[in-house]
Amino acid sequence: MSDSPGLVEPEVAERAIARALAHGGEFAEVFAERTAGMTMAIDESRLESVQAGAGEGAGVRVVSGGTTYFAHVDGLDPDDLERAADEAAAALRDERVEPLPLQAVASTPQPIEQRPAEVPAERKAALLRELDERGRGAGAEIAQFMASYAEVRREVTIANSEGLYTGDDRTRVRIGAQAVARRGDSVETGAETLGGHRGFELFDGDPGEIAAGAARKALVLLDAGPAPAGSMPVVVGGGFGGVLFHEMTGHGLEADHVQKGASVYAGKLGEQVAQPLLTAYDDGRMPNEWGSDSVDDEGVPTQKTMAIEEGRLVSFLYDGLTARRDGVASTGNGRRESFRHLPVPRMTNTYIAPGEAEPEELIAEVQRGFYAASFAGGQVDPATGDFVFGVSEGYLIEGGRVTRPCRGATLVGNCLEALAAIDAVANDFEMKTGVCGKAGQKVPVGTGQGHVRIGAMTVGGTEV
Amino acid sequence: MIELARRAVEATVAAGASDAEAYLSEDVGREVRAHGGEVESLTAATKRGVGIRAWIGHRVGYAYGTDLSEAGIEALAARAAEVAGLADEDEFAGPPRTGGDPVEDLELSDPSVGQWPTADVAELALAVERAALEADSRIAGVEQAVYADAAERVAIVSSTGISGEYGSSSCYAYLQALAESDGGRETGLGFGLGRGPVALDPAAIGREGAERATAMIGARKPESRSCPVVLDPTVAASFVAIVGAGLGAGAVQRGRSPFAGMVGSEVAGTALVLHDDGLDPEGSASAPFDGEGVPRRRTALIEDGTLRTYLYDTYTAHRGGGAATANASRGGYRSQPSVGFSNLVVAPGTLGFADMLREADEGVFVTDVAGLHSGVNPVSGAFSVGASGQAIRGGELAEPLREFTIASDLVSMLKAVRAAGAAPRWVPFGGSVSTPPLLIREMTVAGS
Repeated sequence: MSDSPGLVEPEVAERAIARALAHGGEFAEVFAERTAGMTMAIDESRLESVQAGAGEGAGVRVVSGGTTYFAHVDGLDPDDLERAADEAAAALRDERVEPLPLQAVASTPQPIEQRPAEVPAERKAALLRELDERGRGAGAEIAQFMASYAEVRREVTIANSEGLYTGDDRTRVRIGAQAVARRGDSVETGAETLGGHRGFELFDGDPGEIAAGAARKALVLLDAGPAPAGSMPVVVGGGFGGVLFHEMTGHGLEADHVQKGASVYAGKLGEQVAQPLLTAYDDGRMPNEWGSDSVDDEGVPTQKTMAIEEGRLVSFLYDGLTARRDGVASTGNGRRESFRHLPVPRMTNTYIAPGEAEPEELIAEVQRGFYAASFAGGQVDPATGDFVFGVSEGYLIEGGRVTRPCRGATLVGNCLEALAAIDAVANDFEMKTGVCGKAGQKVPVGTGQGHVRIGAMTVGGTEV
Repeated sequence: MIELARRAVEATVAAGASDAEAYLSEDVGREVRAHGGEVESLTAATKRGVGIRAWIGHRVGYAYGTDLSEAGIEALAARAAEVAGLADEDEFAGPPRTGGDPVEDLELSDPSVGQWPTADVAELALAVERAALEADSRIAGVEQAVYADAAERVAIVSSTGISGEYGSSSCYAYLQALAESDGGRETGLGFGLGRGPVALDPAAIGREGAERATAMIGARKPESRSCPVVLDPTVAASFVAIVGAGLGAGAVQRGRSPFAGMVGSEVAGTALVLHDDGLDPEGSASAPFDGEGVPRRRTALIEDGTLRTYLYDTYTAHRGGGAATANASRGGYRSQPSVGFSNLVVAPGTLGFADMLREADEGVFVTDVAGLHSGVNPVSGAFSVGASGQAIRGGELAEPLREFTIASDLVSMLKAVRAAGAAPRWVPFGGSVSTPPLLIREMTVAGS
């Protein structure tokens, strides 16, 4: 365990697991969770939307054959757990199964220097006022500026019928800035975020920089012309540009999609899917990174998994259930939004390893193309491989130079083709924070890369 | 429940708030996921919680939690009052007033949610999957067939005299079918929704997924061009929901809506008539009162091509000097109310689907869009989103199309609506919307 005691005593968890297996099943688990958080925002230079929340509850699941029986309740009293265990077991009709006695397994949570809950609220408010000042001070054409602050502490205790009893203590903080710039009839927006699995010390540097960055993006776009439409080389910026790999490949490597034949990467393990210059990882252990945890939501220690080695597909991402099905070990990717959700294979921090090239070289080699400096987000259908990315900051590349900014571009393409078309990776590696949605569950994920170039991709602008 | 809410309000006032409001919800639900002829997971869920809004003069704060014991409520009440003290003064912030009597005779609950045993709803999910597999030999599988239902009770009490409680039920089923042919793979979504499982037709849901998937086999990129576009109801609903968000007075008052300053102006083709209807018996967002306890109503938003009003909650109504339209939305006890649409209803026209294709003549029928959350700028209204669908040639559906984008801006798109189809459908993605297919005169299609 971590240094804090478990949310549920081992004896209580043991009893709940035994009840969950009262009518059969080969695996049972208790997932207990306590969260406490706070959010606030600044808008029109006024501090507002101050909100504090707390909750606790547990989810109990029983796995029997191909079926998972799951029940969740608010509250962590022994009664609550037994109620959930009985409900999970209610539909089973087999013989009672005896679980193994629990054995505590220690885990080391990410180091937190300054617990956000212990930081006076006035300092959080002051941080937002600083962001507001920096954002509004970036130019007379900044018409609107908003910023938000969020902190959450999430303690979990996980116990299962294989005797595992472990937990984690997770603290995340994140700030976001959004600027609106206006000139005559044109209105443009810019956004930036900063977050980590970290304490308030995350803001020790110059957090106001994200406000200036959001404002700069909005201002640049005031000079933007229409985006081109058609197929052309695309250079993608570092950091949140990594959402490209997250959508294009990461989701297709999640073992649940693969096992259902609903991934274009199914059956491609060991095959060359990208050029040799591309190596990529999912790493849930990166210190204090947004998508990191000590153990995943099934109690498996997180790990660094090489997914693509020099262009070859070498691993899928597994949770416990899909790992058992493939006869391999979980890669520590079993994640859940909360005790109200079942764990499924999910990414943690996913990134393309830095390459050798300088970012400028990637652009200098393009005669006519598009530079997607940053994305607003993306989406993929892992089964068909069709993806789409909204570009939040884009430029035209002409004669090897970045020329003018473009508004309203979207990139569309197909995973396997686009992945194979990555022909350059730069050395300016950076990580950014994101929130990933899958099966109705949102989890924090990190994305990262240096600048990356794709030989050809469809840019969906309005200039035909 | 209402008694508990009343105690929470009293505790918050005792903790120093000048006014308070408590929102309680209790929710019992279940979900079945089926795959390969077997139940993959069966979930039984109970959720309950309380959210308390506290006002100290013109400062407002919010706290929520799941501990409904007396001590838990008191701690939460104190926390709400405490965080209210952190907020800056906002002269328009204040508690809601009753604004009339809630509608009493809404039928929001279907007994079949409680009466159908789990085995029966599991069979419904399996039947959805089977229907897709049997519909067409090219259906290679179903990624997942899902059934979910919930019965909810909500209570709101405020120190300004609001006091109400109601129950409602809802259910839905959907699947993602996989079609395979010539080495290509396509997916198709089928779905249905209602107040209880009796309202669902598993065969129709499965068939829809199969038809949508097989229709895409052999799809390729269209040529980049500007042309007429027909939006399937699922796609039209996505855009209507974004329009509805832009009509929220909050976005307008803060200069973050493409519809700012346009009340009384032309914003759409006359074929597009849009209402917010919080009382439509079929709408999943219908309720006797909104997220602040103000009685729901029906509000005309766009008629004769003209924007009639924005949507208001108590705060934005104070600020805009108008009357609330009962459009305070809540995403459950964990979020404080903010202005948002209830059910958006696009009035059906008279044009059948075949006639609509004939009107379009040469264009694109869009059946799916992707990347709405990243491809639409809600402030300027400009958008470019990924799309797939079918070509329209000589007024008839032709070859399937994929990997293209459609781009325009919201106001231009609304003005270009030339016709609304005759057959509307409820679509639950991104909010509750009922809309027929829409014919758009011109949009930019970017492909090869």
